[in-house]
Amino acid sequence: MFGAGGGTSSYEEIEHTDLIVLWGSNARAAHPIFFHHLLKGIDNGARMIAIDPRRTESAAWADLWLGLDVGTDIALANAVGREIIAAGLTNDDFIARATTGFDAYAEAVEPYTLEHAAELTGVPAEAIRELAHAYAKAPTAQLCWTLGITEHHNASDNVFALIDLALLTGHVGRYGSGLVPIRGQNNVQGGGDMGALPNKLPGFQDVADDDARRRFEEAWGCTVPAEPGWHLSQMFEAMERGDLRALYVIGENPAQSEADGTRARRALEGLDHLVVQDIFLTATAELADVVLPAGAAWAESEGTVTSSERRVQRVRRAVPPPGNARDDTDIIVDLARRLGHDWGHPSAEEVWDELRSLSPIHAGMSYRRLEELGGLRWPCRDEDDPGALFLHGRLWEDPPRGPKAPFTPVEHDPPKDELTDDFPIRLTTGRHLDSYNTGVQSGRYRSPRRTGGTIDLSPEDAASLGLAAGDRARITSRRGSVVAPVRIDRSLRPGLAFMAFHYPEDVDTNRLTLDEWDPKSGTAEFKATAVRIEKEA
Amino acid sequence: MDIRLPAAVATDDERRAVDRILGPPTTGWEGGERRRVDGHVATGGHAARARRHLLLPVLHALQDDIGWISDGAVGYVCERLVVPAAEVYGVATFYGLLSVAEAPPVAIHLCDDIVCRTAGAKELFTALADTVGPEGSSDGSRTWHRSNCLGQCDAAPAAFVQAAGEGRRTVIRADLDRLAAAPTDDREPAYAVIGDPVLTARFGAADPGDLDAYRASGGYVALRRALEIGPDAVVAIVEASGLRGRGGAAFPTGRKWRAVADTEAAERLVVCNADESEPGTFKDRMLMERDPFAVVEGLTIAGHATGATKGFIYVRGEYPDAENRLVAAIEEAEAAGLLGDDVLGSGFPFHIELRRGAGAYICGEETALFESIEGFRGEPRAKPPYPTTDGLFGRPTAVNNVETLAAAVAIVAEVPGAANTKLFCVSGHVEAPGVVEAPFGVTVRELLTVAGSARPPQAVLFGGAAGRFLAPAELDVPLGYEPPSPPLGSGAVVAFGPGVDMDDVVQRIAEFFRDESCGQCVPCREGTVRQDEALRRLVAGSDERGLIDEIARVMRDASICGLGQTAAEAVTSAIALGLVGGAR
Amino acid sequence: MTDRHTVQIDGVAVVVEAGATILDACRAGGVDVPTLCYLETLTPANACRLCSVEVEGSRTLVPACSRIAEDGMVVHTGSDRVRHARRMILEFLGAAVDLTTAPELLEAMAAYGADPSRYGAGGGSPRSSAVVDNDLYVRDLDKCVLCYRCVEACGDDAQHTYAITIADRGAGARVATEFDVALPDSACVFCGNCVAVCPTGALMVRTEFDMRAAGTWHEDVQTVTRTVCGYCGVGCNLDVHVQDGAIVKVTSPFDHDVTSGNLCIKGRFGWTHVRAGVDGS
Repeated sequence: MFGAGGGTSSYEEIEHTDLIVLWGSNARAAHPIFFHHLLKGIDNGARMIAIDPRRTESAAWADLWLGLDVGTDIALANAVGREIIAAGLTNDDFIARATTGFDAYAEAVEPYTLEHAAELTGVPAEAIRELAHAYAKAPTAQLCWTLGITEHHNASDNVFALIDLALLTGHVGRYGSGLVPIRGQNNVQGGGDMGALPNKLPGFQDVADDDARRRFEEAWGCTVPAEPGWHLSQMFEAMERGDLRALYVIGENPAQSEADGTRARRALEGLDHLVVQDIFLTATAELADVVLPAGAAWAESEGTVTSSERRVQRVRRAVPPPGNARDDTDIIVDLARRLGHDWGHPSAEEVWDELRSLSPIHAGMSYRRLEELGGLRWPCRDEDDPGALFLHGRLWEDPPRGPKAPFTPVEHDPPKDELTDDFPIRLTTGRHLDSYNTGVQSGRYRSPRRTGGTIDLSPEDAASLGLAAGDRARITSRRGSVVAPVRIDRSLRPGLAFMAFHYPEDVDTNRLTLDEWDPKSGTAEFKATAVRIEKEA
Repeated sequence: MDIRLPAAVATDDERRAVDRILGPPTTGWEGGERRRVDGHVATGGHAARARRHLLLPVLHALQDDIGWISDGAVGYVCERLVVPAAEVYGVATFYGLLSVAEAPPVAIHLCDDIVCRTAGAKELFTALADTVGPEGSSDGSRTWHRSNCLGQCDAAPAAFVQAAGEGRRTVIRADLDRLAAAPTDDREPAYAVIGDPVLTARFGAADPGDLDAYRASGGYVALRRALEIGPDAVVAIVEASGLRGRGGAAFPTGRKWRAVADTEAAERLVVCNADESEPGTFKDRMLMERDPFAVVEGLTIAGHATGATKGFIYVRGEYPDAENRLVAAIEEAEAAGLLGDDVLGSGFPFHIELRRGAGAYICGEETALFESIEGFRGEPRAKPPYPTTDGLFGRPTAVNNVETLAAAVAIVAEVPGAANTKLFCVSGHVEAPGVVEAPFGVTVRELLTVAGSARPPQAVLFGGAAGRFLAPAELDVPLGYEPPSPPLGSGAVVAFGPGVDMDDVVQRIAEFFRDESCGQCVPCREGTVRQDEALRRLVAGSDERGLIDEIARVMRDASICGLGQTAAEAVTSAIALGLVGGAR
Repeated sequence: MTDRHTVQIDGVAVVVEAGATILDACRAGGVDVPTLCYLETLTPANACRLCSVEVEGSRTLVPACSRIAEDGMVVHTGSDRVRHARRMILEFLGAAVDLTTAPELLEAMAAYGADPSRYGAGGGSPRSSAVVDNDLYVRDLDKCVLCYRCVEACGDDAQHTYAITIADRGAGARVATEFDVALPDSACVFCGNCVAVCPTGALMVRTEFDMRAAGTWHEDVQTVTRTVCGYCGVGCNLDVHVQDGAIVKVTSPFDHDVTSGNLCIKGRFGWTHVRAGVDGS
């Protein structure tokens, strides 16, 4: 956000905020311990408003739940913005001092009246109004989201729509007020920190920044391209075009995790050469020419990960990797040696210290300090820096340091997979509490709560389709078809169905989903699929 | 709150019982019809969770209407009140008058406490066991349970009968015919006075259901005066009167009111503790049944004096007549502008809500009472913080016993002798068991004489089960709040005539505490059990005096509340006086 | 009110911040006070009364864990009354509860001279036995001291799932689900946060329970390694307990502010994929 790719706030702030807006997140199931902090906030008196198509176990805690139609987040957010402006609830000082582009934003959201948004989203106008007024009037507010915002074809626009609301009201850059994307994987933030983004060097330094690039080139003794690389979705397109012929996959299972799985597998199969480095022989690894067995990062190797509050913490080796499996670093270093580059045998700490020397926001995070302090939040610029609880405090300085925060007007753009008479039901996807991603790790312990892959239907839809709990149903999208047992879920309304994606061996949900991806982030639209559901004989 | 509902579904009757308290559900999310708009919006959160205090009234409604609380009913309660199923279960199983096991419509609670068991209750158990079956079993229409003291010692042996479906709860003087037939209440209250009556002045003189009669006999003079002179002056009068709490703890009432009045809180509360459950005690019941407007007026004055705009009366679940009288009195007072948004046109708003206990002695402890009203298990809180700063719903709260409030009314109304009068409950082996009003300085012997003690008692238990047995010399000590008077406790005086098996009586007291311990703290939960066991061994001839004394010390020193702290008083005093075991 | 209070602990002046408890003051003064139901991450339950101390001017003993220290308070932690109360409490527990997996309590019993045999065999609060109704953790109510920690961890103090409660009262009080249904039929989400706070082993993860039963649980040779959970992006710290090269249990540190000792089902139990590799399965 505003240049640095991380949530603005620390977990402790949600315990002390006045309003919690949970937008497109079932954190109760997907981020249970983050939800503990949220619950402390509620216990301390915070109000909570949840925005989610389903009234999830998270939304069940909310003072107000807005059950919008899938993929109408921008319409809702723009209406909230318009109402805040119309009701005179904007933070004018903040807007004037710390932002740019307000007028264009105000003009862009003008058509999104409460009534219009109610038509687009399904949410009653009065509830939208209440959200707008609650957010604008709260002394402090945390706006939190997860994949319900980002797994859409217009994911980045969704995020901009939320950021715009924070800028309107000044709910960013202060203790207790912030924008909080909770990360789905244990080091997705750390991957960004380390420059595993097509357009970034470690520490979120732009590849187009000549000075930054030069420092890396000096340190690494090589040329760093100034052009951004491909993100995942672009890679798959490049594979299909034949521009990408060899792929090295570390710790991902795209054969099962990508939307439109049939198409993804076809692309992987068409490669000249596929190398997979993983702790399991995943479905992707089974397609590979070479499999490099790796250690489990969290228990069999040394290093750091970065959490959703930008906190860098140590991971340590509790057990040695089994058999011939090796630490990722060892494998990469060995591979480099085979390719003619001797990097020696650096320890995890030595690798980290090199990173610290090149990434100013991590510079103060020595292993010693990380261990003593139980982790540090970036930016942490030197060894006296306690790290930052929250980002963008500069926006409250007068005049603010650095660039102002821009409003980014965005337009409602409904899901690409349209509902028609042939595909009348909106299928959305998500996580179960006891499972994780494609289930390769979480599928191996015996959870009493595991339901397996099901198609979850509202009682009304189940009745009209002649389906009872436990019946087998065929779910067909424009891309594929799967069979799953029926589960009746009262948190769903008619026309809305839900599937988790943890059980690809049994129910390969991603055969149904659409890989229409967001051009800015490369995220696919897992959350909005049009399906037809029939009783399977 | 993410509520996981039990698989069972509530019956229509169960839903009706719950809706009787809460009104019908308005959305699909709280168990109503799933409307289209419910798919797009829902409210809940703090506002929903703030209704937790309705849990006990809802459980009462199920018990009254259905006779027990099923898992399906619990599920519907969960949906309606957003309370987790385990929490509902934990609360329901805490209270003696609620059943979570399937039960027939009629439940007879036959008192077998120290007074009733020496007045024929034991014979009735045998008879019930023969006709209905063992305790807790059902003959298809009835079940029966032994009960701790029902506060009907003037009508011993007494029974409390719940008849589900009819919504009927009745107290009877128990005999075989009454227990076999549909029971009706034909008790005759008994009371006597030494000196001039103050608290009992209206007993028999004014119809307790008639507000005009109350006013004609001096009622609401005190409230008018209070509204005239203002809260500060009222507190000063009560302070000057020296009035002390009549519930047992004897805390100065004026000081309590002052403490609440002096807090900065935006909202303050007053509570009338009408959960009279001390064995041998029934004076508060008599006041509520005979002079309910005095209780309402007293609580209104307490509210005015402390700056509270809301009062609760927590009335014992086994006191249906007192409850009905109070409900009627509150309604009448509201209709007459004596309660409401503008009491007597003074601008002072005051409302009273009545809550019913559900069979737990511990809920007479003020913080346990708060927990109970708030919809939780009646487990006492740690003190400090005290109720005057952190009371009901976390608000500064003045809790006063029924008799205390009645006395406060008389004091503010400047009734002569108002500050110097006390109600005693004389029962057991006396001719005319009943409430005796007497001035301080009276002796136990005088009280017994008034009640017609024909023969000198073998023993006298004074102050309730939490009180102690008196030494013979103490019968002639003038009673008051300072030594050498024994602690007044609840004002109960229970006489045991010659021939009473005192081993049995003392063991029954130990059993009482074992039954009524809430179970929260180790000294009381385990200590009351070990005391009971050691006492049985002592009665059987083993010398357990040392161990009983050690148990008594830890209960007295380390229990969380007054129940555990006093649970050994009667037992140890009986041993010291040679009334039990080893002395024979 | 001043920001700092001076309290006399066994005759020694101890200065504490306003709001500190007597227990805090005792610990600051290096005075040992035994606790059982108290845990830093939970609201004091005031249930066990083991931390009772004598405060001059107070009619009864007071629980050190929850009583706020007041300026000028004079506290005695080793008086006869205090020692008597603690000994009796330990005796009561020892007589009613199986404390074989609560070594600290057994040590305290020895230190205070507690003799549970005085109460004879049987008697006491009625209890039931181990319940094995799922693959992740076991409840053995024979070992339960009713400290309320598990109920608090499942409820207001951490998880807010409220799958368990105290049911019934007095000697019959016990930790239970609604209508005593099996855990998989209850609201339990198997986070194991109750297990984490149990002081007596009444709640035990299944691996430990099974290994203890088989006689293969050896804490003395186990290593504990601090790392970060591999599921989701919250960054929960894990303590990985390893015996003979294999993970046997995962816990979370109470003194780390991300988890305060709590985890979700995946973090606490979802580690078997690592051992699966070792087993070659």
